[in-house]
Amino acid sequence: MTFIWNELRDLRDAVDLGTPPRDGQPVTLSIDGVDTTVPARSSVLLAATIAGATVPKLCATDTLECFGSCRVCLVEIDGRRGYPASCTTPVESGMVVRTTSEQLVKLRRGVVELYLSDYPDSDIDGGWSQFHTTLAQVGLEEGLPADHPYRGGDTHADVPVDESNPYFLFDPAKCIVCSRCVRACEEIQGTFALTIAGRGFSSQVSPSQGESFLASECVSCGACVQACPSDALIEKSLFPEGYHRADPR
Amino acid sequence: MTTNVYVPCDAIALALGADDVATAIADQAAARALDVRVIRNGSRGLFWLDPLVEVDIDGVRHGYGPVEADDVASLFEAGFLGGAAHPLSLGPVESIPEFAAQTRLTFARHGVVDPRSLDDFVTHGGFAGLRRALTLSPDELLVEIETSGLRGRGGAAFPTGIKWRTVANAVATPKYIVANGDEGDSGTFADRMIFEGDPFCLLEGMAIAARAVGATHGVIYIRSEYPHSIATTQAAIDAARSAGWLGAAIAGSELSFDVEIRVGAGAYICGEETSMLESIEGKRGTVRFKPPLPALEGLYGKPTVVNNILTFASVPWIVANGGAAYAAYGVGRSKGTLGVQLAGNVARGALIEVPFGITVRELVERFGAGTRSGRPVRAVQVGGPLGAYFDNAGLDVALDYEAISDAGGLLGHGGMVVFDESVDMATQARFAMEFCAAESCGKCTPCRVGSTRGVELIDRISAGTRREANHEQLLELCDVLEHGSLCALGGLTPYPVRSALRLFPGDFGLVTDVAQ
Repeated sequence: MTFIWNELRDLRDAVDLGTPPRDGQPVTLSIDGVDTTVPARSSVLLAATIAGATVPKLCATDTLECFGSCRVCLVEIDGRRGYPASCTTPVESGMVVRTTSEQLVKLRRGVVELYLSDYPDSDIDGGWSQFHTTLAQVGLEEGLPADHPYRGGDTHADVPVDESNPYFLFDPAKCIVCSRCVRACEEIQGTFALTIAGRGFSSQVSPSQGESFLASECVSCGACVQACPSDALIEKSLFPEGYHRADPR
Repeated sequence: MTTNVYVPCDAIALALGADDVATAIADQAAARALDVRVIRNGSRGLFWLDPLVEVDIDGVRHGYGPVEADDVASLFEAGFLGGAAHPLSLGPVESIPEFAAQTRLTFARHGVVDPRSLDDFVTHGGFAGLRRALTLSPDELLVEIETSGLRGRGGAAFPTGIKWRTVANAVATPKYIVANGDEGDSGTFADRMIFEGDPFCLLEGMAIAARAVGATHGVIYIRSEYPHSIATTQAAIDAARSAGWLGAAIAGSELSFDVEIRVGAGAYICGEETSMLESIEGKRGTVRFKPPLPALEGLYGKPTVVNNILTFASVPWIVANGGAAYAAYGVGRSKGTLGVQLAGNVARGALIEVPFGITVRELVERFGAGTRSGRPVRAVQVGGPLGAYFDNAGLDVALDYEAISDAGGLLGHGGMVVFDESVDMATQARFAMEFCAAESCGKCTPCRVGSTRGVELIDRISAGTRREANHEQLLELCDVLEHGSLCALGGLTPYPVRSALRLFPGDFGLVTDVAQ
């Protein structure tokens, strides 16, 4: 048991396992035909990562409890209906998991197209965030095609940037509402300064209740910036000339 | 001798002026020095006759309806207290064909009793189920529920017995019983009728569940849009507690169980069980991923039975009469009866309790008497705003979870909304996406972003902008919503959209639809 934990800890330095490592009895399951052993209570995403599979993910990271909102880590599991999110599905002995299939590729791409329909074109080329990695993983590194039917719809491109904090800024246009910042503030820092306000398409990261980052309970710890997978929360030091949004598409 | 006159206090009857009618009856009786006692009962569910005034003559309830306050004087003049003829006479209420043709098990006391009167409840068979439950072991009780074949009436139709046994087998304590009354589906009102017509029945069902699984505390979640329900149910809780039917050592038994009401704040998504649990815990109403199942880690992370109001209200009859008696009704895996709610453009809006197996056409045409406008029925949406549309030719589908599922739909909470020929189904498909966009909790991306894109795509299809490309994208989006969403809101929104596209493509300008 301890052996498995230590092995995971070693791995963790290099790879984001997707969900926090757990202690537990060894459980063996099949990932894409390869038998993989992980501690009980681990997620299928963690097992798949250890097995060497590349499962795209956005809301999942191994420093935060799983959340299940981004819907790009979907997999197929024998005997289960539909396409369970691998981050929120605990491993079971004998489980047979497929991390890729024609339908999964299509489904993940379909979800990421929705993200892209509300993400600035100008920030796609040359981006280095986890969001950009995910784009490449699903074959959308060029962004949404110019004639894609999702184009021309409602976006958050005109929501103002919050530059109130001296150390970092928040650009809602690049926010994918994965709640990693909210959860980092809660789970890592214990400050509870962030929440999601609004419902549906209006859902947005909000410091306190509609306050600026500086006016909120935020203590500038930076946990949210580190957790953000899409550069919506980003250090100001990266923009010595000041932060300027490119013209919206 | 006192004559008992019943005037319903259900919200629909109130909206139709029942309070004024009740006042007018009391005033006329006083003016004529007649010994009349006005009792406020629940509704019989025959809404086209509401306010339905009933006079008890030698134990037979004679109906007059729909009564307006202005009719009351003429009723007295005609001698309605003796059951005399009047243009509004309906004869014995239980002989009204649409009522007589029903099988009232869950709704047996509806419209018969004063919903706030514990004595009335007990006189009409109330607590017979709980009394029997207290003589059974929890396992015997679970067997009765399993034998009945009862499935969750909120929409998911999950076998209630399996759910309860899962909670019973859970080791953690305390355990909770949560009744979901966040009845947000358009065209549904069965939960509201339980709250306003027979709330003790709900309390009895919850107490039986507590006995079966070993729970000590219950929560009834009622939407804020139901003020009369909240008041009536609270009155019932208070009365039951005072009489020892809630609290410690119920009816002198080992069972200790109490109930409180939590009021929603206007979010449809809080009818989704995990969002409701978040809401009860005082958090933002967002969906939890499963597993863990609420049965094992539900309210405050403890084992929790979450069922719809109708499910709990069906339990007392089952336990009083035996699971086998309930399972004798219905067809296939759909056992027992369902309180079907007829709404929309329908001549006779009603709550109709019937055994499973009847066709949707019989419900709409025989009980609902077709459309209110008199035009032919063009479409019926079965199962709430996330249910599929059926065209007129498809109405012969049986009221049966599996049959409706095989036909591409879902039975949901049993609501049916009728549309006539004037309906534009592209507008209805747009409404489905718009509804999802307005009610999405915002957690998962297919629902959060996809619903808004869906509205935009349908608008472009309707406007004739790149119609084929947008249509193709809409179908792809429906796949993403169905397979990618975290919960049933995003997962089921494609049902009305796809069915509208499939059955009524002409309304979207997609093809010249000769059939329409």
